This record gives sequence, structure tokens and C-alpha cells, in this order.
Amino acid sequence: MKKLMGSWLAGVALAALAATGAQAQMSDGAIKIGVLTDMSSLYTDLSGAGSVLAARLAVEDFGAAAKGMKVEIISADHQNKADVGSTTARSWYDVEKVDVIVDTPNSGVALAVNEVTREKNKVFLVSGAASSDLTGPKCSPNTVHWTYDTWALANGTGNAIVKTGGDSWFFLTADYAFGHALERDTEAVVTKNGGKVLGKVRHPLNNADFSSFLLQAQSSKAKIVGLANAGGDTTNAIKQAAEFGIVKGGQSLAGLLVFLTDVHGLGLQTAQGLIMTEAWYWDMTDANRAFAKRFAAANKGIHPTMIHAGVYSAVTHYLKAVEAVKSDADGKAVVEKMKATPTDDSLFGKGTIRKDGRKVHDMYLFEVKKPAESKGPWDYYKLRSTIPAAQAFRPMAEGNCPIAG
Amino acid sequence: MTVFGVPTQALFGQLLLGLINGSFYAMLSLGLAVIFGLLNVINFAHGAFYMVGAFVAWFLLQHLGISYWWSLILSPAIVGLLGIVIERTMLRHLYKLDHLYGLLLTFGLALIIEGLFRNEFGSSGQPYRIPDQLLGAQNLGFMFLPNYRGWVVAASLTVCLATWFMIEHTKLGAYLRAATENPSLVQAFGINVPRMITLTYGFGVALAAFAGVLAAPIYQVNPNMGSNLIIVVFAVVVIGGMGSIMGSIVTGFLLGVVEGLTKVFYPEASNTVIFVIMIVVLLLKPAGLFGKAQ
Repeated sequence: MKKLMGSWLAGVALAALAATGAQAQMSDGAIKIGVLTDMSSLYTDLSGAGSVLAARLAVEDFGAAAKGMKVEIISADHQNKADVGSTTARSWYDVEKVDVIVDTPNSGVALAVNEVTREKNKVFLVSGAASSDLTGPKCSPNTVHWTYDTWALANGTGNAIVKTGGDSWFFLTADYAFGHALERDTEAVVTKNGGKVLGKVRHPLNNADFSSFLLQAQSSKAKIVGLANAGGDTTNAIKQAAEFGIVKGGQSLAGLLVFLTDVHGLGLQTAQGLIMTEAWYWDMTDANRAFAKRFAAANKGIHPTMIHAGVYSAVTHYLKAVEAVKSDADGKAVVEKMKATPTDDSLFGKGTIRKDGRKVHDMYLFEVKKPAESKGPWDYYKLRSTIPAAQAFRPMAEGNCPIAG
Repeated sequence: MTVFGVPTQALFGQLLLGLINGSFYAMLSLGLAVIFGLLNVINFAHGAFYMVGAFVAWFLLQHLGISYWWSLILSPAIVGLLGIVIERTMLRHLYKLDHLYGLLLTFGLALIIEGLFRNEFGSSGQPYRIPDQLLGAQNLGFMFLPNYRGWVVAASLTVCLATWFMIEHTKLGAYLRAATENPSLVQAFGINVPRMITLTYGFGVALAAFAGVLAAPIYQVNPNMGSNLIIVVFAVVVIGGMGSIMGSIVTGFLLGVVEGLTKVFYPEASNTVIFVIMIVVLLLKPAGLFGKAQ
């Protein structure tokens, strides 16, 4: 009997470990790019293998081989665990001779890798993670935060909603570094504009059932239910909010971080009318469309999210800087060169990187189309307004970044 | 009126939601208990079959236009058949070995099945609409109950109780229970025990697929949906006591309610509370709440 119970308990332990298995591919070379991302869980579609592909396309387009630069790309699954992420980063830097880690969705993991990268004097190019602390109190001379951050999201979506009358909020917040940062930054925008926060509830990451939390949001009578979460958590919350009649009851949902793949997963019927802030959309310019076509062809038709585009753009700029410095050995020097050189690539156009590591470009406020307005799969957004680069990100002086000077 | 600062009305709502989530735990742990009772196999692939059940329903609707209601029957049948193939070709060779072998085999199967689906369909999931007949909601005064959730509780209770009745109170059930105790004696009476075992596994797997179809309109149809749930369901089986049919049903519903209440009073702990209970139960009653110590 005892043995039997042991077997069942072994089952519980196995279940807890399930869906793991980091797969680092070993190699050796001059410039080694490590894509550290979520390959198995809720952020896989919006980053994951697509980020590896984006990095590969960037290396191809840069023409590294023709320039005599040998570039290798390896990847691993961080399983959304900060300890797995920092262990992988450490062994990549020490054993695998990785020079730069890119992407890394999940702010908890990214903050851990941020510290390891600083300690080892390598380079960390963040596209997937959102916490604005990466260019705030935790900023590092070895890190560039490329695509977006929680401040920019709050500033875009939060402002737009409060200004159209959404002045009382209830937050459903993913209970880790990213959710907390997004909630904090949005709350600041809401209160600054004269709105108030009536309540908040913190749910575990990768939560399946949101009904309890939605019921609490419903009884708060807040006009806006703010979703300070991402990926699978956001889609499940939106889907179940429709089921519980949140929107029909007069409350509105604010998806503070919604990706193209989330909208695809939800379907336009459920997602229509959502307002969100993003840094990049595939159907905006010819260059974007061409990239999306190439990307989708190699990615089972899944179109690129802003995170994928950010990986492409960041890797391109990194390679330029390494080419100019003629060495990838000193991470700090490479990042300094990246900051000194204006950014310019086919997807993000011209931009700059600030002293605190923040890459600055325009942000866009999109609205999800109605099913009748969409021409087919992946035709999902219409542009509501453009937030100019100068206003899109937190002013450097307010970030408390020690290296901003 | 309030209880610990929470209005009683809100509390009723949360209790009901707990029951709804509990009905998934109950259906899945029931299948595990039935399979374990007869096959002595800890079926780790249960969560994967639950996921496959949801995907089959999605596929039937998306590509063949087959409605939710037909899927409720077809999907468990298809997935049950898959289970039968697995039992015939792989599992049956492990019955005489330690439990851990069956556990490891089904664990491997679960990883492979989930990996294949993730590779093919990605992680964002596929949308599945609530059937038109169950759209809308009832205002119960203390909460707004979507019709579909009400249907889930009713369907799950019916299936659970029917299974319990069949095993505990019918002739077929008596054969099953007898075969659990002494297979060779039952075989001597002219009953085809290996076939019964195969069908039982198919039935247990079909239960998981049925739960998967019920879940499809609520959650995204997602390759990870099973592995997220199976951890909790295993804990439910440990708490309820292994192989007890009624025990697994009652414990499933009960823990759904406990989890629901945790989401009100201390949401941060809602995904750990079940494991805390598991530890406490193991310390006080090592055979589980409904298990018999041998």
C-alpha cells in the first residue's frame, strides 16, 4: 500500500515536471546568438520558435557570411522559470561561449538573465519581456530593451481608455514581475488622469479558469476590467469574460498586452473592438508585408508578432555594432556602440537607443477589426493613432536608472 | 451580510464556480480511478487524452462541420478507440510489472502526444464556440450563471453517477470488481477478462475525452490544457484514496470548491492550496480520505 501511494506521488511530482526538457544545441563559433525563450508554454506562439526564425532571417539579411562573419544561433526553453533561465544563461556564457542572448519573454526570467549578463559582460537584447524596470532601477550597460515595455503599454492603452470615459478600473494581474509592473504603470496613468482603481486580484501565471476573478471584477462595478497579463492568460480571460456577460453588463475589457497570435487564437468574433498598444504590425508597410510573407512561409503560416519583428531588428543592429567594433568580446563596448549608432532597419525604420538601454520608436494604438471588416486570416488590426517616439516611452529622468546620468 | 469581509452573495457565486471546476476534476479522477482499479496502471496520459478529446471536437466542427452535440459522443468514441489500441499494443505487456513501469510508459506517451500537438497547432489554442442552444445566462440573484456552465455541472454529475452505478450496482460492474480481486477465477467462469480490461481502459480514456469536449468551449483548445490540469487531478486521486470510485467523485467536487474559495480569500495561493491539502491528508490519513488501509 505504501509503495502504491509512492507511485501516485511520483506521478504528482512527474506532472509538476512535465512539459520540460531544455534543448540546448551545442556549437562553436565566432558570434554566437542564444535565443532564450518559451518553447513549451503560454508564450510559445508570440515568441518561441518564431523568435529563432526571426534571428535567423536577420543574420541572413545582414549578409554575415558574405562579410566573413561567422554567426551561429542556438536556442533553449526557459520554461518560464527564472532559475532555469539564469542557469541556462550562465552555462551559455561560460561553456557554450554565447555572446548575446535575445528575446526572453517573461519578465521574471528576463530580470534574472539581465543580472547574469551584466556579471559576465555579455549582451542582452530584450524583445519579449515587458517590465519597464529593465530600463528603470534594474537597467544595465549590457542590456537593450527593444520592442515595448509596460510603461509604453500603459501610456498607450491606459491613456486612450481613460480619455474616452473609462475612469474606474479593476485589475486582473498575473502574479509575477511582469504583471506587477504592468499594473503599477497602468495604475499611475489612470490616477494621473483623474481615474481611480477600485480593486485588483492577482492570479497565478498560466491560470486556466478566470471565472472567480471575473466575478470579483463584476461585483466591483468598475467600468474597465484591466487585464495585466499576457498570452494564454489573456485569451482565456477574454473568452470567459464574454461567457459571463462582462461586456454585455456594461463593463469594458482593456487588454493591456495583446498580441496578434492571441487575436488569431480568440477569433475576431470574440476579440473585435479590443484596443491595444503595439510597436509593430505586419500589414503597415511593404517591407513589413514582405517580411511577414517570408516569416509565415517558414512558420506554418503563423504571422510575425511585434516580438518577432523586434528580435529581427535588434539582431540586425547588434551585428552592425559588432562589425564596427570588430569584436564581440566586450559586451559593454558593443552595447555602447549600439547606443552611439542610430538604428535603421527595414522593419522599425529609423530610431535611437537611449543611455538607459531603451530603444525608442513610434508606438501604435490599434483596434481589432469586426469580422465583416477583415479580409481573411491575420487581417485583424486597424490603426487608431500613432504615438510619436518622443511620447511613447517613459522619460529617462523618471526611470531611476543609475546609468542614465 | 458578510463572511470574513466577503459578501455572502459573492460567496455563493464562488461556491457554484468551484463546483463547476470540480466537475472536471471529478470526471478526470474518476477515469483514473476506474483504470487503476482494474488495470493497476497509473494512467499518466489521462491529461493528454483530455486534450485530444477537445482537439477532436474542434477538428470535427472546423473541418467536417459536425456539431458539438455529435462531438460529445463521437470524440470520446474516437479517443477511446485510440486508448484501446494503446492498451492492446503497449500497456498489456506491463501488467505484471511494478506500477512505475505503467506510469513511465504513459508519461512518455503524454509527452509525445502533447509535443506533436504543440508542434502542429502552436500554443495559442484554437477557438471553439459555445453551442447556440446553450448561449446566454441566468441571473440567479447572487450571480450571473452562463447556461453552458450549468450544463457542464449537470452533464458531469450524470456521467459520474452513471459510472458509479454501473460499477457498484450492475452485473457488469460485479464482473469488473470480481476481476479486480481475482482475475483467474473470474476467467474460469467463462468471462473474457483481457477483453474486459481492454474495454475498461477504452472507457476510462473516453471519459477523459468527454471532459475535454465539455471543456472546449470554456478554455481555448490548447495542447497544454491537459498537462495544466493533470497535476491537480493526480493530487485529487491521492487525497481521495486510490481506486475508490465514489471517493474520487466526491473529492473532485470538494477540491473544486476549496480552490474556488481560495480564489476569493487569497488568490495568490489558488494553485497551491490543493497540494497543501494533499500533504495534510497524507500526514493524517495516509490511505486518502476514502481509501482503505490494507
